[in-house]
Amino acid sequence: MIEVENLTRYYGSRRAINNLSFQIEKGEVVGFLGPNGAGKSTTMNIISCILPASSGSAKINGFDTFEQSLKIRKIIGYLPETPPLYPDMTVAKYLGFAAGVRGVAANKISAAVEKVIEKCSLKDVGHRIIGRLSKGYQQRVGLAQAMVHDPEILILDEPTIGLDPIQIIEIRKLIQELAAEHTIILSSHILPEITQICKRVIIINEGEIAAVDSLDGLTASLRKSERLSLTVREPKKDIIGKLNDMDQVLSVASEEDNQFLIECELRSNLQDDIAKLALENHWGIVELKPLAMTLEDIFLKLTLEEKEPVT
Amino acid sequence: MKNSWIIAKRDLGSFFSSPIFYVVTTVFLILYSFIFINILNFFAMQSMQSGQFQQMGMGLNLNEMVIEPSFQNMAVILLLIIPIITMRSFAEEKKSKTFRLLLSSPVHLKEIVFGKFLACMIVVTLMVLLSSYSIGFLFFIGEPDIGPILTGYLGILLMAGCYVSVGVFASSLTENQIVAAVITFGFSLFMWVIGWGAQTAGTTTGEVLQYLSIIEHLDRFLKGMIETSDIAYYLSFIIFGLFLCHRALDSNRWR
Repeated sequence: MIEVENLTRYYGSRRAINNLSFQIEKGEVVGFLGPNGAGKSTTMNIISCILPASSGSAKINGFDTFEQSLKIRKIIGYLPETPPLYPDMTVAKYLGFAAGVRGVAANKISAAVEKVIEKCSLKDVGHRIIGRLSKGYQQRVGLAQAMVHDPEILILDEPTIGLDPIQIIEIRKLIQELAAEHTIILSSHILPEITQICKRVIIINEGEIAAVDSLDGLTASLRKSERLSLTVREPKKDIIGKLNDMDQVLSVASEEDNQFLIECELRSNLQDDIAKLALENHWGIVELKPLAMTLEDIFLKLTLEEKEPVT
Repeated sequence: MKNSWIIAKRDLGSFFSSPIFYVVTTVFLILYSFIFINILNFFAMQSMQSGQFQQMGMGLNLNEMVIEPSFQNMAVILLLIIPIITMRSFAEEKKSKTFRLLLSSPVHLKEIVFGKFLACMIVVTLMVLLSSYSIGFLFFIGEPDIGPILTGYLGILLMAGCYVSVGVFASSLTENQIVAAVITFGFSLFMWVIGWGAQTAGTTTGEVLQYLSIIEHLDRFLKGMIETSDIAYYLSFIIFGLFLCHRALDSNRWR
């Protein structure tokens, strides 16, 4: 559905993105992840036909975003990082205007506006002036304008930025509902958001793709070692030593008095052996579990340590 | 065209819901009315005096002595007022980042430009129409010739179109409304006074400068003449301004 090939964009002499290539299938929910200034917004602007690329191409349904942009603009809904709201309009009038410019036929505008007001739970504020709404409502109006013409693709640039936790949860829920019917591209530098909403992540750093993978795939491929957490009832002094004596254990750290973090080689399946050891020495095993790598770890690893790109 | 109208309608809505339109229109009407009353008084005085001397009354007529100077003064006031009306067009959209909504919509850039122009033109036309009470009043006290009045309004609106075209273009260059207004005012005034150079310049250069002057073409409209060259001048001025605006917005995307 969306094919991006060798996309590069310069602002003057500064290169914002370099040689980005990725594909997005119909119905996918994809997250763009990267620190501020990594090139997420630039990429989204190019896909939404707002900016031309310096080189390379982005195609949606086979149409080029620069050459045949009018065809694409009909099927995308774009929410920029600052929602494009006219503060002096009422919510309903604004959405009517958005529907008009986004190509909804004049006789279907009021139905489209009503539907989107319903979907984004804006009923209570329909006749209020946008400039007086809270940030959370404004963000929802922004989301509403992006989907008022029922687009196939929703492009959302940092949809939850600047909201309080409750509002974030609401917006997130809304996006999850939308995911059933739309292809969604979403950018964020907030990691838990991506883990909750997206099936696939594209990590961008300094204008280049650091990784494209599903969440599970990313975690798996990035792990050089496995980690186990062991909690015991009766911590004894020799626990660390005895664990370290095991063949495949790389290191042992004690987190609290009775909790230990064991790093061991990949696919070593040490659970049985550690359990046996615990039984033999009467440590009183409470919990023994493998730790998955969080997206945070992956992100830092990819962007800070300059590891080799994983695809 | 349909899209231009949608955009123009939104702009009009925001004109009428903000104080700018009302303040600008009020100031325009007060200034114009004051000048009009003075012109009318002067005419009345002249008429009184000419009543005493038969021959002096020959050249006195409402069209030449009241309507023409009124239109000329209106042209000056419009020069001052139109930059305020056009300065928001693109500058505000760019500053508040709402322009991206238009850019990501299935609308041609030229439709956006024309929509903005149309909205400002409608506001200016409305202001000019409101001021026409003065001319209407003349029909109660005398018998002015309707022909030059109609061509006068046509000329005024075409000239105002040039100011608006410059204004919309200036607004597309910057995010700052003040800067847009100053550029519009400066450039419009320059196109006004450019004809003054004609007196000292050589014959050919002089003629070119004269032709380029915005006000030069208005005179014939006010006298009741519609000349193709005047209409061509105003229309090409307007279209060129809008074309530059289109180019400026388009090149903005590449930078």
